[in-house]
Amino acid sequence: MPSAIINSRDVDFLLHEWLGVEALCARDRFSDHSRETFDAVIDLARRLAETEFLPHYRTADRIEPRLDDDGAHVLPEVAEAVKAFARAGFMGAAFPAELDGMQLPHVVYTAAMAHFMAANVATAAYPMLTTGNAGLLAAFGTPAQIDAFAKPEIAGRYLGTMCLSEPQAGSSLSDITTRAVPDGEDVLGPRYRLSGNKMWISGGDQDISENIVHLVLAKVEGADGKLVPGTKGVSLFIVPKFLLDADGGPAERNDVVVAGLNHKMGYRGTTNCLLNFGEGTRHRPMGKAGAVGYLVGSVGQGLPIMFHMMNEARISVGLGAAMLGYRGYLLSLAYARERLQGRHAAARGTGPMVPIIEHADVKRMLLAQKSYVEGALALILYAARLVDEQHTGESEAQRRAAAELLGLLTPIAKSWPSEWGLAANDIAIQIHGGYGYTRDFDVEQLYRDNRLNPIHEGTTGVQAMDLLGRKILKDRGVALGQLAARIAKTVGRAQCHPELAVEAKALAAAWTEIGAVAGRLGTMGDDPHLLDNATPFLSAFGHGVLAWLWLEQALVAQTATAADADAAAFYQGKIAACRFFFAFELPKTGPWLRIVDSRTDIAASLPAAAF
Amino acid sequence: MKVLVAVKRVVDYNVKIRVKADKTGVETANVKFSMNPFDEIAVEQAVRLKEAGTATEVVVVSIGPAQAQETIRTALAMGADRGIHVQTDAEVQPLAVAKLLKAIVANENPTLVIVGKQAIDDDCSQTGQMLAALLGWSQGTFASKVDLKDGTVAVTREVDGGLETVDLKLPAIVTTDLRLNEPRYASLPNIMKAKKKPIDATTAEALGVDIASRLITLKVEEPAKRQGGKKVGSIAELVDKLKNEARVI
Repeated sequence: MPSAIINSRDVDFLLHEWLGVEALCARDRFSDHSRETFDAVIDLARRLAETEFLPHYRTADRIEPRLDDDGAHVLPEVAEAVKAFARAGFMGAAFPAELDGMQLPHVVYTAAMAHFMAANVATAAYPMLTTGNAGLLAAFGTPAQIDAFAKPEIAGRYLGTMCLSEPQAGSSLSDITTRAVPDGEDVLGPRYRLSGNKMWISGGDQDISENIVHLVLAKVEGADGKLVPGTKGVSLFIVPKFLLDADGGPAERNDVVVAGLNHKMGYRGTTNCLLNFGEGTRHRPMGKAGAVGYLVGSVGQGLPIMFHMMNEARISVGLGAAMLGYRGYLLSLAYARERLQGRHAAARGTGPMVPIIEHADVKRMLLAQKSYVEGALALILYAARLVDEQHTGESEAQRRAAAELLGLLTPIAKSWPSEWGLAANDIAIQIHGGYGYTRDFDVEQLYRDNRLNPIHEGTTGVQAMDLLGRKILKDRGVALGQLAARIAKTVGRAQCHPELAVEAKALAAAWTEIGAVAGRLGTMGDDPHLLDNATPFLSAFGHGVLAWLWLEQALVAQTATAADADAAAFYQGKIAACRFFFAFELPKTGPWLRIVDSRTDIAASLPAAAF
Repeated sequence: MKVLVAVKRVVDYNVKIRVKADKTGVETANVKFSMNPFDEIAVEQAVRLKEAGTATEVVVVSIGPAQAQETIRTALAMGADRGIHVQTDAEVQPLAVAKLLKAIVANENPTLVIVGKQAIDDDCSQTGQMLAALLGWSQGTFASKVDLKDGTVAVTREVDGGLETVDLKLPAIVTTDLRLNEPRYASLPNIMKAKKKPIDATTAEALGVDIASRLITLKVEEPAKRQGGKKVGSIAELVDKLKNEARVI
């Protein structure tokens, strides 16, 4: 019985046959590892995901977290799963040994996380936020801050959050109004008192962990007692739910309270809170109002530091979106193989009914999903492999090149799975017919859960501006040139295989067009309308990247020797998904690029009153 | 007190078993393998004895091809101290396994040997019993509870009529049933630690054991496909069918 959350054969294919991750063991940082450990990690992830995360997927959707005077309470199964995850050592899996981590390659860790996301994305959100939080502290915190907060997070005793948005400021972080006032200094660094409201805080309160480590963006007052406008005054603070006693254990309650829980469409197992900092009505730490916060880095460095966490968080969002889509695909595939309905077109209405997977249109819908979700997972693992290259590449030049390419691909890794994983979930419901529209099947919940992903950690529109504005135009095409060189290599290899020559030619043509359109946009200077049509550009760019990654996979499948009929069918499926993507999806880039190239102002110029 | 545990590498319980086209056995190429689930319970029990301070050392034995080392490694990650790998690519039947284990017992002198009650591939359920006979030790099979005392062990056995508790003089053999415990997951740090634990390699020849098969497999076939049931209209019809069609009464 193959696992219902992921195709383990596909994970093997991507990690080993395509990305060759075993070669990483030759590097110092990963020299303690081997194929055997990687397999053991993936195996453990699958078992834990299936036994601790999957069983309460639907229950946690029906029974939402509740709020009372003690704070937010989650379903006991959610708490148990997060604890089991921590007990198994997954919180520290990608951290270095000196932080009590297992020092796994990021790409293997990401593949392991894929299982938890597929099984239960809302429960997996707690560890995802916590590891990102601890990673930020490990990079920017003082040794005392790391010991006090990051280490208990890695051990799974504390969980973490990121507090950026406010009710009036979401995508626009320069407009936050949470205020930080200096309040002396102690062993944990410069101490401040924070006051303000934070909105959409996932894991903002819960009864799973001993303590909660909030990373909060706030503005420090200028010398005149006013907040500095723009992003300049934005700084980052550690605000623990409980202040620490002399032994470093949770003690006095800090002045941060849950003002309310948001009632969401999906991701319901993750508490989502409005948090009030510095109310001073219920908790007055050290005798006065104001949430105690410790400065991370220096004043004014809040956003650059936070974006360190955001980039990895964005890749994680892409992973979650890919895996929600992935599980929907597997469920609809199993359903299509079993559900008897209608007859073959050639049978002219006679004979026994056939499983719906025999119908051409159902096959089309399955292949569309396969090309979206396996492509999205490939994209995320490629990005994760770049994270490893960025940290452990053999030369400074290699490390820098990986960092640049990762920067360019991050908006794609965030937005493409979010848009197309969701499209896959839509198709999964369609294949289930009326049953898919009921709550008796998981596909409707997968869709609702996935609907968050184009929104949080930077909306699709924000990703589009990041890609075109910052990562391509401001970068003057340096990273883009690197990507183009890698794609040209793939095209060159594919041209040697007559079976893939059509796809090789189409990929080269698509990237010539993307490059040309980007080049023409580059001549617009600082035209305020430069980014008006950034989203169709993002769509075209994303499809171009995915077509490349599909050709890469098809090349591996084309040259592999199949040991048996199952392996042959697997490789045949990979090549078919590649062909499908090139035939049905890649042609969409043309119309998207023409919109961008025309610099149409149909949307941008319409006054609000005319809608 | 030393505890010896035997573990077997079998086709993973999640894999749908398929018979080879030439009917010589089941398909094992490109199939996922893992530790026999009953053996996981045996390892868990031994590790708990060690954690409780009753056992001082847990030694894990596996008999099989090179990959059986991975199975030993899993047991080491669960908390066993060291491994012994008897390498062979031959088919090893229960009697051969029991003889090999007897030879290892002679070298290791354990006070308790714990094995799974059966392996999920061939379901023989013979090794523990044969080993007890060869050693002349007491045996507590199908254990759902194991309680070590001074010089004896109380084993609660799952028998057809319910539960039976036997008091065995040590040294003894215990074979594990499903309800004995719930095996732990090996945590990531323990998977890393297990890489550094020693595994001694040996062979049947080195142990002086003849492992030649005493049974010959003629052919392996899939069980007959189950037929759909029939509805009967009356008790008379049921009796008639049982008598004349099924011929069971």
